[in-house]
Amino acid sequence: MGSKAERYKSGVMPYAQMGYWNPDYVPKDTDIIAVFRITPQDGVDPIEAAAAVAGESSTATWTVVWTDRLTACENYRAKAYRVDPVPGAEGQYFSYIAYDIDLFEEGSIANLTASIIGNVFGFKPLKALRLEDMRIPVAYLKTFQGPATGIVVERERLDKFGRPLLGATTKPKLGLSSKNYGRVVYEALKGGLDFVKDDENINSQPFMHWRDRYLYCMEAVNKAAAATGEVKGHYLNVTAATMEDMYERAEFAKQLGSVIVMIDLVIGYTAIQSMAKWARRNDMILHLHRAGHGTYTRQKTHGVSFRVIAKWMRMAGVDHIHAGTVVGKLEGDPNVIGGIYSICRDAHTKQNLEQGVFFDQDWASLKKLMPVASGGIHAGQMHQLITYLGEDVVLQFGGGTIGHPQGIQAGATANRVALEVMIKARNEGRDIWNEGPQILAEAARWCSPLRAALDTWKDVTFNYQSTDTADFVPTVTTA
Amino acid sequence: MRITQGTFSFLPELSDADIKAQLGYALGQGWAIGVEYTDDPHPRNFYWEMWGNPMFDLRDAAGAMTEVTACRKAHPQAYIRVNAFDATRGFETTRLSFIVNRPANEPGFHLKRTETGGRQIQYTIEPYATQAPEGQRYP
Repeated sequence: MGSKAERYKSGVMPYAQMGYWNPDYVPKDTDIIAVFRITPQDGVDPIEAAAAVAGESSTATWTVVWTDRLTACENYRAKAYRVDPVPGAEGQYFSYIAYDIDLFEEGSIANLTASIIGNVFGFKPLKALRLEDMRIPVAYLKTFQGPATGIVVERERLDKFGRPLLGATTKPKLGLSSKNYGRVVYEALKGGLDFVKDDENINSQPFMHWRDRYLYCMEAVNKAAAATGEVKGHYLNVTAATMEDMYERAEFAKQLGSVIVMIDLVIGYTAIQSMAKWARRNDMILHLHRAGHGTYTRQKTHGVSFRVIAKWMRMAGVDHIHAGTVVGKLEGDPNVIGGIYSICRDAHTKQNLEQGVFFDQDWASLKKLMPVASGGIHAGQMHQLITYLGEDVVLQFGGGTIGHPQGIQAGATANRVALEVMIKARNEGRDIWNEGPQILAEAARWCSPLRAALDTWKDVTFNYQSTDTADFVPTVTTA
Repeated sequence: MRITQGTFSFLPELSDADIKAQLGYALGQGWAIGVEYTDDPHPRNFYWEMWGNPMFDLRDAAGAMTEVTACRKAHPQAYIRVNAFDATRGFETTRLSFIVNRPANEPGFHLKRTETGGRQIQYTIEPYATQAPEGQRYP
């Protein structure tokens, strides 16, 4: 490019020429890096499209402005520095963009996302845009609290080690009175679950107001703890219309002795961060239900990948996050889910393109986020769940507990026995992936609830093609 | 009742061979075995008595089993558990914990409800056994 006078002459200029494309740029350790999947409109050069994304997600507007010259604008411009065609997807490109750390306010997911996914997703020269992954520098991570409790402390508080935790969501989702609702909680906990959960849309409706629900649920939790000698919990959903309401509900839950409260993703990033700080201050585990995410995470060409949402939520400070089951009723390619679980649980996540993880990510001692697997899973899949998801996970069997033919306690017992027998076998060195059904059948000989569960659900699978898959290998489907 | 703390409490009592297999697994992961016992099974009694320090330098399941056996012999009516500690950075915590001995009779817990205002109840869980002094709880 020519002189500065020429660069800042009024008018419209391609973003690439305005300085938002720099193939020689080497990202600094303190830069935030984003990789977007861009699908330019026909005839739009991918490099210009990448530069436009960099521009519109940092300093640029559609025309040249002289006021850039009042700033150290080279510093504030995001730089697209690499554009690769997406393997096997014509017309799509992965574009890597680096952002200087000073573009973002400390400890604010709202501010980070206002830039990265602010205006740019509606940008006309693009047919579609998807934020695939981000590399968050240690310097910026250290400005976030991270999970209020984390996996290690959660387990120590609950005194539960060496196996996934077990949960269930009370069903039916809507309509139960508080007293009947608490009955489900008690039966499931006494039968062997560690947690029961409010569903995402249980707040304070005409059929069941929140204070009444909390009182009955805590009776159920304490009664089940006395019946088993174990610490038990129920995720009391504190999601509400305003922060004031949520704080009021959370305070009441704490006053009643609950070990855990929950929120929904739809409350927004700022409310989530506020609740995470509240949870840290009040020794509370904070469960996040990812209500709403499927509207923008599922389709491969447009939106935000859930692995990015998981990263933001670990920074924002929740302790539990629904992160996929692989084998259940909801979307979940094994590779993509594996990548998301790494993001939640690793101290240092390694780049793994086969799992859709584009960057090494040092988590800078932010606590670990417990993934939750929920939706259409049952005891007969225990060997698959443990193989895919490992040990630090909450397995939630809602229908698979409450729908048991012998009742809720029997349903819970079936799940707990299936879990313990499978962990024992794995630790003994048995090949649970192949021997799993046999291991369960052996246990079903002495455990009639497990036998009934296996008989009821043995043929239930949800074998559909995943839509959200990694791009770098042929994808596998589950059996 | 049956107290279901620990990783394998829903299974039939573990045999010595079962226990040894789990000890072997834990040692294979590089974890240190500790044996603990108590006659206060409250779910928030975090500090059971240690049967010696965790065995950081012992890498042999048979040796760890000897300690389990010795603790059982000394405290046949106690709850005894095996813990496996992982000192790896990012964990630095217990990774496996299971009960290997329990009293013949487990009376369980009393749930004490103290009614306060506004329909609220303050709950206290109390092991029936701990109404007797330590050492005299499981005759």
